[in-house]
Amino acid sequence: MIGTAWTILRKDLQIELRTKESVPAMALFSVTVFVLFHFGLQRNELEGDLAAGVLWVTLILATVLAVNRLFVTEREQGGIDGLLLAPIDRTAVFVAKAGALFLYLVLLELVAVPAFGILLLGPDLFKPLPTLILLLVLADVGLAAVGALVSALAVETRARDLIVPLLLLPLLVPVAIAGAEATEPLFSGNQAAHELGKWVALLGLYDMVFLLVSIAVFDFLLED
Amino acid sequence: MYGKGLRPLSIAAAATLGTALGLVFFYAPLDADQGFIQKIFYIHVPLAIVTLFGFIAGGVMGIKYLRSGDRSWDMRSYVAIHLSIVLAVAVLITGAIWAKASWGHWWVWDEPTLVSFLIIFLLYCCYQPLRFSIEDPDRQARYAAVFAIIAGAFVPLNFVAVRLAQSFSHPRVLSTTGGNMPGSMRLTFYVSVLGMALLYTTLWKLELTSKNASIQLKRLRLRLELEQEEGQARAGAPAPPVSTVPASPRNA
Repeated sequence: MIGTAWTILRKDLQIELRTKESVPAMALFSVTVFVLFHFGLQRNELEGDLAAGVLWVTLILATVLAVNRLFVTEREQGGIDGLLLAPIDRTAVFVAKAGALFLYLVLLELVAVPAFGILLLGPDLFKPLPTLILLLVLADVGLAAVGALVSALAVETRARDLIVPLLLLPLLVPVAIAGAEATEPLFSGNQAAHELGKWVALLGLYDMVFLLVSIAVFDFLLED
Repeated sequence: MYGKGLRPLSIAAAATLGTALGLVFFYAPLDADQGFIQKIFYIHVPLAIVTLFGFIAGGVMGIKYLRSGDRSWDMRSYVAIHLSIVLAVAVLITGAIWAKASWGHWWVWDEPTLVSFLIIFLLYCCYQPLRFSIEDPDRQARYAAVFAIIAGAFVPLNFVAVRLAQSFSHPRVLSTTGGNMPGSMRLTFYVSVLGMALLYTTLWKLELTSKNASIQLKRLRLRLELEQEEGQARAGAPAPPVSTVPASPRNA
């Protein structure tokens, strides 16, 4: 199954490399949103809870773009029929799609987090960076699992572009809560009241629940 | 077949709810802190509990549908979620009234139950747009069941997340577990929960019965039409084009 998933994942990455559809759009979108926040909040520098909130909300909104596109190539070009005809485990398709989304998110963060540090963040970005990376990676796993699931769910609907954000954003509220709460002390220098363990545990629980649920129900989304 | 037991069920629901209201107004003591407005607690909290259980039951019925492929489970799941969405509006409204009366604001962000409830409500509001923007009836049922399962798993997770995010600075006058309620209040509360649960079950059953009846009616009408057309054709009249719509429960 891992081999099959790897093959599908490689195909997706190759398409992304040639068309450059998702990742550049996400990166551009996140930088634009930072500019919007600069004017919307009328601040030149952010710190503490405001900085954490802006960063996490931007990343979550950028995720919507990738989730919108994740199954579209398959659907538009009829590649999904090939996938369904192939004698492979459906879970492999989920693993590949979630893996692709995970990689897109990591690439997005490689652009968006430094851009945030330069454009908006008041305090130094380097000191809290290791903790921030841990949080981002944990959150990306959850975002990728939920994103792949919602993408498969919405791709068959008539109003796909509407369904994806409406469905995805409420499901991502726990990620926003945990991410913002855990990042806030990192950006305010107030390490005393830091409850990092609690939020890491919450992100881990979220990842686990949605990975298991996704693997359990994904077969039914590709059954024709 | 769905209508069986509907009458005793509705009588029981009405009796229990009546008793609950009687207890609320004549038996339960006035809250020392909040006074009369606290009585909305006996409507709001049972309603919220029943709504949440309805959402989770919708998920469980979704699992049953996916395992058995039996369309009636899909219908049950749909009706349960649909009904819970309607009741959720009532929960949010009563919650806002209570918040305004006791804390002076229509909306209080540091009340974790209220906030979790709003998020869950927003998520379930997508159920119908998702369901009805899929045309293929088989796929519609399948996708709706998947949504019901995902969202059902999300309900407890979301409660944990929102509750963790609160600093517990707000005094919790009445915890829903009934930890600090005097006996008379607790009894009233339990009767209210029971009454609300019976009301929910009655409405659910009623809706199922009516949905089922309209499906059967549609099927019978279609058959009647076909038979009339056949009769006309046999009588030598020019036959109108025969409708080829299959009689499926999806056309309801």
